[in-house]
Parts: sequence; C-alpha cells; structure tokens
Amino acid sequence: MAARVRYREMDWLLFGLIVVICLIGILEIYSTTRSQPAFATMHLRQLTWLGVGLLAMLVVARIDYHTLLDQAPVIYLLTLAALVAVLLFAPKIFGARRWLMVAGITFQMSELAKWSIIIVLAKFLGELRTEAPSLKDLAKVAVLAGVPMVLIAAQPDLGTALTLVPIAATGVFLAGLRWKHAAALLALAALLLVVLVSLLQTKWVPLKPYQQSRLESFLHPRRSLQGAGYQTEQSKIAVGSGGFWGRGLGKGSQNQLGFIPVRHAEFIFAAFAEELGFAGVLLALGLYLTLLLRLLHNVETAPDRTGALLVAGVFSLLAFHLLVNVGMVIGLMPVTGIPLPLMSYGGSTTIATFMMLGLVMSVRMRRFVNL
Amino acid sequence: MNLHAQPKLPASRLLLLRIALVAAVVLLVTGFWQLQVVRSDFYARLADKNYIRTLPLMAPRGSILDRHGELLVHHYASFSVILAREHVQEIRDVLPLLARGLSLDPVWLEQHLAKFADAPPFQPIVLKDEASMADIAFVEAHRLDLPELELILMYRRRYPLSQSGAHLLGYVGEASRKEIELHQVSLGAVVGKMGVEQQYNAHLLGTDGERRVIVDSRGKEVGKLSQKEPEAGRPLQLTLDAELQRAAEAAVQGRQGAVVALDPRHGDILAFVSHPTFDPNLFAVSVSADEWRALTDDPDKPLLNRVTQAQLSPGSVFKIFVATAALEGGFFDRNPNFRVTCPGWANHYGRVFRCWRPEGHGVVDLHRALVESCDVFFYQLGRQLGIDNISGYAQKLGLGRPTHIDLPGEKGGLVPSREWKQRTQKQPWWDGETISVAIGQGPLLVTPLQLAYAIGGIAAGGVFVQPHLLLDPQSDPEVRRVPLKPETVRILTDALWGVVNENGTGTAAQLPEIDLAGKTGTAQLVGSETLKRIGGRTERTLTENAWFVGFAPRRNPEIVVVVLLEHGLHGATAAPVAREVIKAYYDGKNRPPAGQVAGAPPPPAADSRQVD
Repeated sequence: MAARVRYREMDWLLFGLIVVICLIGILEIYSTTRSQPAFATMHLRQLTWLGVGLLAMLVVARIDYHTLLDQAPVIYLLTLAALVAVLLFAPKIFGARRWLMVAGITFQMSELAKWSIIIVLAKFLGELRTEAPSLKDLAKVAVLAGVPMVLIAAQPDLGTALTLVPIAATGVFLAGLRWKHAAALLALAALLLVVLVSLLQTKWVPLKPYQQSRLESFLHPRRSLQGAGYQTEQSKIAVGSGGFWGRGLGKGSQNQLGFIPVRHAEFIFAAFAEELGFAGVLLALGLYLTLLLRLLHNVETAPDRTGALLVAGVFSLLAFHLLVNVGMVIGLMPVTGIPLPLMSYGGSTTIATFMMLGLVMSVRMRRFVNL
Repeated sequence: MNLHAQPKLPASRLLLLRIALVAAVVLLVTGFWQLQVVRSDFYARLADKNYIRTLPLMAPRGSILDRHGELLVHHYASFSVILAREHVQEIRDVLPLLARGLSLDPVWLEQHLAKFADAPPFQPIVLKDEASMADIAFVEAHRLDLPELELILMYRRRYPLSQSGAHLLGYVGEASRKEIELHQVSLGAVVGKMGVEQQYNAHLLGTDGERRVIVDSRGKEVGKLSQKEPEAGRPLQLTLDAELQRAAEAAVQGRQGAVVALDPRHGDILAFVSHPTFDPNLFAVSVSADEWRALTDDPDKPLLNRVTQAQLSPGSVFKIFVATAALEGGFFDRNPNFRVTCPGWANHYGRVFRCWRPEGHGVVDLHRALVESCDVFFYQLGRQLGIDNISGYAQKLGLGRPTHIDLPGEKGGLVPSREWKQRTQKQPWWDGETISVAIGQGPLLVTPLQLAYAIGGIAAGGVFVQPHLLLDPQSDPEVRRVPLKPETVRILTDALWGVVNENGTGTAAQLPEIDLAGKTGTAQLVGSETLKRIGGRTERTLTENAWFVGFAPRRNPEIVVVVLLEHGLHGATAAPVAREVIKAYYDGKNRPPAGQVAGAPPPPAADSRQVD
C-alpha cells in the first residue's frame, strides 16, 4: 500500500479555486486595513499564513490518510489534552481563553480540534460494518464530538463548538443514518433549541453577557441597535450600499471609515460586498459553491469509505462556515466569531483550513491507488 | 484493509447534500439581491448618513443702529458645546466624565439627554451654551476619546441699552413650531420674538451655512466634504435717537409708565420708553422657566409695551379733541360768545359732575378752559356737541385705531359711540356718558403712541404721518391729511402754549427760549363716586394716571412727546418728564455732530430728512 503518489495527482481545480479565493481575501484584507496604521501590514501577515498553510496542506497531503486514521485515538487524546491545557493555561483575552502559545506562536487550539474531529469521526464511522449506524453508534458519535465541544464551549467559544455539529451530522447522514433516527434527532435538536431560547429569555441560564446580547439582538434586531445589533445593522448597510457594481475596492465608506465591525476577519465579506457589489458577491459565492461541489465530487471519487467520510467532514465544516458567516453578514444568522474560510484574516483558522484541505488532497491523490 | 468490506457512501445522500448546498447558496444570493439591488438606495442613504456629519454654521443677525449710527443691538461670538449623537453607542458610560469636564450637574445632564430620547439621532444636542475657556479646552483635549463632542460658533445678541430699549427692540429666542413655518427657518433657529427684532426678522436674519464633514465610526472628523458659508443678516437703522432715549429713560426715573417722542413731520420715533421693563440680554442665551414666569406673573406687567399696548383713559388731554371738534364743526362761529361759569361743579342730566378744582374757575372761555383744564367748561361744550360729533372727530384725528407703527402687537384703543354701545352692550347711548367722555373719561381708551400721533397731526395742521421706526430715506412715510382750518390750529396751539407758559396746569414743562406747548391729563381709574365709597386714595392701583403731551415749536412742531405715568396722581407730575426730553432734543440739535468735532469726515447723512 506504500505505492508512490505524486503531487501531480492533486486536485488542481480545487487548488486553483483555493488560490483565487485566497487572493481575493488578501486584496480585501489590504483594503480594510490600509488606512489603519496599526494594521497596515496585515495583508502581508496573512500572506505569510497562506504560505505556512499551503506548506501544511502539502505535508498533510503527502501523508497517507490511513496513517492518520490509524493514529485517530492518539490524535483524539492529544486534542483533548490541548483543549484542557487551553482551559488551564491560556491567558484570558477579551474574556475568553482561546489562544495557547506553542513554540512562540499563539495558536487557537479549537481550530486544530476541528481537523482532529474530522479524522476521528471518519475513522469511527468508516469502520462501521452496518448499513446504518445504530443508536449505540450514534451515542458514541455524540460522545466523541460532545467532549471536545463542551471543552471548546467552556472557553467560552460557543460558535466554534457548534462547528463540530455539522461534521458529526454529515458523517452520520452519509454513513446511512436511518430517516426515523434523523427525524428524531432533528426533533430533539429543535426541542433543545426551543428550550434553550426560552430559557435564555428567562435569564436562568448563566449565559455570558456578550452571548446574551448577541442572541438578544438576533431575536429582536430592532430592540437593540447597539452592541451586536449595531454590528449587524452596519454590516447590512455596508452590503446594501454596495449596490450592484460596488463602490470600488478601497472606496467603501462603511469599510474605510470603520463602520463594519472586525472588517478584516469575521465581517470581511461585508467589506467585500460593499466595495465589489452584487457582481463581486456572485463571483465569490460562485467560487465557494464550485469549491464545495468539488469537495463532494471528491467524496464520490474517494478510494474508500473512510476517505470519503474525511472529505465529507471537511466539506461539511467549510460549508457550515460559509453559510453561517455569510448569513451573519446579511443578518440571516446571529453574530458569531465564525470566520469565512480562506478570506478572513487569521493564522490559526487559515492553517487549520489548509490542513483540512490537505486531508482532501491526500484522499484525492490516492484515488487510483489500489489499496 | 479490504475495500469491499467498506460499504460505499450512498449516492442519493450525496445528491441530497448537493441540493441542500445549492439551495442554501441560492438563499444567500437572494439575501444579497434583496440588500444590494432591491434596497440598495435605502442602504446607500443610510451609509451616507453614517459618515457625513452636517454641522451648522450660524449666521450672525444684522446689527441695529440708531439714527446717528450708534449701535443699539449687536452680537458677539460664543461657543456652544454640542453632542453629535449619530455614533454614540454608550453615552451613559461617559456621562460622569462629561459632567465633570463641562462643570454640569450630572442629574441635570441625564434629564436633559432623556428629553432627546425620541429625537432623530442626527439632531445635535446642545450641552452647554456660552462655553468657557475651560470647557473649550476640555473638548479640544478629548477630541480622540470623546469625538462626539463638538464646538459650534454661535452669535448672541447684545443690547447695550439694556433694559431701556427692551420693548422697542424686543428680544430673540429659539423659533417655535409656528415661527419655523412662518420664517422658513430650521429647527433650533433663533428668531425675533418681540419689537423690532420680530418686525424686521426677515431683514435681520442671516442665512445659516453648513459644513459637511466625513467622520469615521468613532465620530472623529477625517475629512471635509463641502462648506456653505453663512450669510450675515443685514444691519438695520432706526429713527431712534439713542441720546434722547437715554434722556427719556433718565427722566422717567424708573416710574411705571411710558414716554414716546416722535417727529410729526416725518413720523420718526425718536425715543420710546416703557416701564417696568426687562433685560433683553437675559434672553440672548436662553431664559429659564423661573425667569420667564417671574416676568409673566408680575402684576406690573413688565412685558407689556406701554407705548403701543397700554390702553387707558386720556383724561384731560382729550379736551384737545373736543375743542378741535367744536372749532372745526363751527360751534364757536354759531356761538361766538360761548363762555361757561365754573363754580367747581355742574349738574347734567340730574347728576353732579365735579371740576378738578373744587373752588372753580369762574367765567372761562375756550382758551382759559384749555389752559386751566376746566372740566365744567368741557362738560357744557361736550353736552352741546353731542357724542356723535366728539367721537367722529376723535376718530378722524387718529384715535380708536392703530397707528400702524412698524411694531408687532399694537393696540387700537377705543372711541365710544352710539353705534359701539349698541353693538357691544346692546344698549342705547346715555347722554350722561357724553359728559364723562368730554373730559376724557368713560369708556374712552388711547395708547400713548396714538396720542403722540394725533396731537402731532393736529399741531401740524392736519397732516398725520404714520409713525415708524425704520429709517429708510428711500420711502416716504404714509401720510393722512385731515385739513384743519388754520384758525383752529392757531387757537388750539396758542392755548396749549398757554398751558405751559400762562400759569396753566403744565407750567412744570416750561423751558426758557423754547416754544413749548402741551396739555396735562389726569385720568381717574375709577369714578369719583366709587372712590368716595371705598374711602380715600390709599390704594396705589386706584390712584390716577398722569398724562402730559408736549410739543415744540407750537406751530409745525418738530418733536411731540407723550408722557404717561401710571398712578402719577396728576398730569403736572408728568410735565417735567416731557420737559427733560424736549430739552435733550434741543441740546442735541445745537450740539455739533461728534464726528465733526473729532475732525473726521461727516457721518452718513442719516438725518438729512430733518431738513425739509
């Protein structure tokens, strides 16, 4: 099984899409930060992250994903250990412990956790010999995904914790989840949501103030035009004022004068939509859609079930990020710290995304290998 | 590991994922379409409002000058601290800092801001007017952390005459809802509320400019879009003579009443005093509720313009009108030897009417009756003339309707007649009332300005020039002619000269070398019967109003002065006031203009019209 694989066998269409989207991201990061002296070199730093990310992708692609799958228990435990370490040792920044210094680089361990959970769940679900996961299997999946989720949510970072849900959901769905189980799970999720939201209204749940305000402003956007509601409002103004053709790169008043919150990271798509308009949005969403469909294509062409589940996990995570982030920008989703993959500024998220894409490449490069 | 041991992922589920993905992206695209295409204009406007801040540049109002160019009203610049709220997210956090920095009461500040809770966010809130150097320094020092604070230049009115010109010049204040519509000004604009400030508001009002600047999300100014310079209001020159105004003010000595001096040849108002008064400088910033209430609740009515709005019985001054009616109507032609014996009282229609002089005047003719203001003579004359004659002439000579001076709120007074009584009281005229009216009592009401206008017109031989405050050499004042017989004017003016110069009731107005004529008036506030009934004259509000009308020279006068002293007891007390004003007038005339003394070129010929 140690057959030679070549980078020539990589998914070059996928690679091209990644590069184009990243370049758009760099351009928009430059536009959002050039007027702020403190952030002036951000696009260059992001370029560095992209370089590191690409390198990480090539390294991960090189590794046979089966090797990684075989090490799944170790990876899982290391991940849990890292998440616990974050809770114990990470300094508090903006009221949350998220960043851990490793070898002089601060890294957001929860980003790495996404990568690990994709591997762990692919391993578990891939090795199921049944047509559909049993209730016991589902419970095991829930535990496997649930433990890191709780650890991440305790940082607190509810948004990132929730990104593990679609990985697990897509996994069990593709692994043949029975429809009645699916219905029951959906009903359970809906019930949980209703209970949660109504509990939040009564303020019994010790939600952090920022979470409270974000939720509150999502449920009642008109009631609080400050805080999170203000952010959504400013984001929508930015998007709307862009019009069809946009105000031109570097010319959006909402972006350039700082009305868009965290405009180089979480809200970068608002800045992009303001400056490049509906036309730019169509282009960008088209690129993302093509990328995601390409991932699903790779699910189909994967040489085995675990490989397919790996790619599916990456797909579900990226799709979730895209939908939640872009939905937040136009006010369809609540404000969370979920970044837009490949466009938002951020070292951890960029490297983690590329490591996941590395998994995809690893599977892709081995599609014709007889295992 | 065996490939075939692993069941393939179901293709149908992959297809479902594809469909779900495409559907979700389509949903997002629809969302963007809604924002960027359907409602893009709406959001573009919101974006503009976000970063464009419009700051008003206030235009100063025009100055007001007297006839010689002395400043009566001007303005000074001051800064106001305003709060631009567009981007204020958490104002509550900075309230203590604001209150400390601007030395404001924190409780007041909170209440003040609460008032604007429902106001549109682009409307700036004035936090402090008349900012001190310390306040300005505070705002400048906090440009970075409190960018929502702004300083704007405001112009405040200053009235150097202070209380003296209050009723004439008026005051300014923030425009009410009605005034905003009337003057076509914006919210918060300052408009004239009284007097000349109100009358000539359009002339004085400048056009405010504005500065549109770009601000960032913290409200910090990062650039300028455009600036429209304010246009200052135009200056206004009045006919008033500040020197004479001061003399009149001094002569009144703070007593309750009014003085008006005018030039009957042109209708120029020269002096205009109303007491009690208020300080219009108080209104220049903003008047507090307490101060306002004190002014409106004062029983002495300091806000009442007594020159144009006090409607009172003229008392014996009215005898001039009765005499004019008799002379013009040919009464003395028909009764060439009309004399009346005054024993101090007379009986008319079964009622006793007293003369002001209990011992009586003996046998008096018209001349003596005017000089000594004999009531009994005028009871008889009035009785013979009848109310129709008297009221007809009084109205012809300018009473009973406003003079249409260029001031808001002028009152018209009242000349009673048969028709008036029938209309208002549904009763026929009782002849006994004519007797009271003949000596200026009864329902007869006049304003000081009306008297000045009418007496000036009579003394000028029947040329009534509409009084006015605006000095405008371009336009001729409106003139009403009621041709009087030269004989009438001669007899009347000689008699009025006698009042002052022939041991009459107005000798207190005498001025050596000045041809001064006049007439006293003492108007009872209640009938003498009532007064007797309540016993004595102790109540100040019940005592009589003192009038004096004076003019010089006696033929074709160039100055008429009307003095009203409320509760002044007797017309004789008002006479010296008129004397002082007329003296000051002649002093001013004989004094060379200040500019010529200093060797400077002569001042603009503001008073060129004085030379006929």
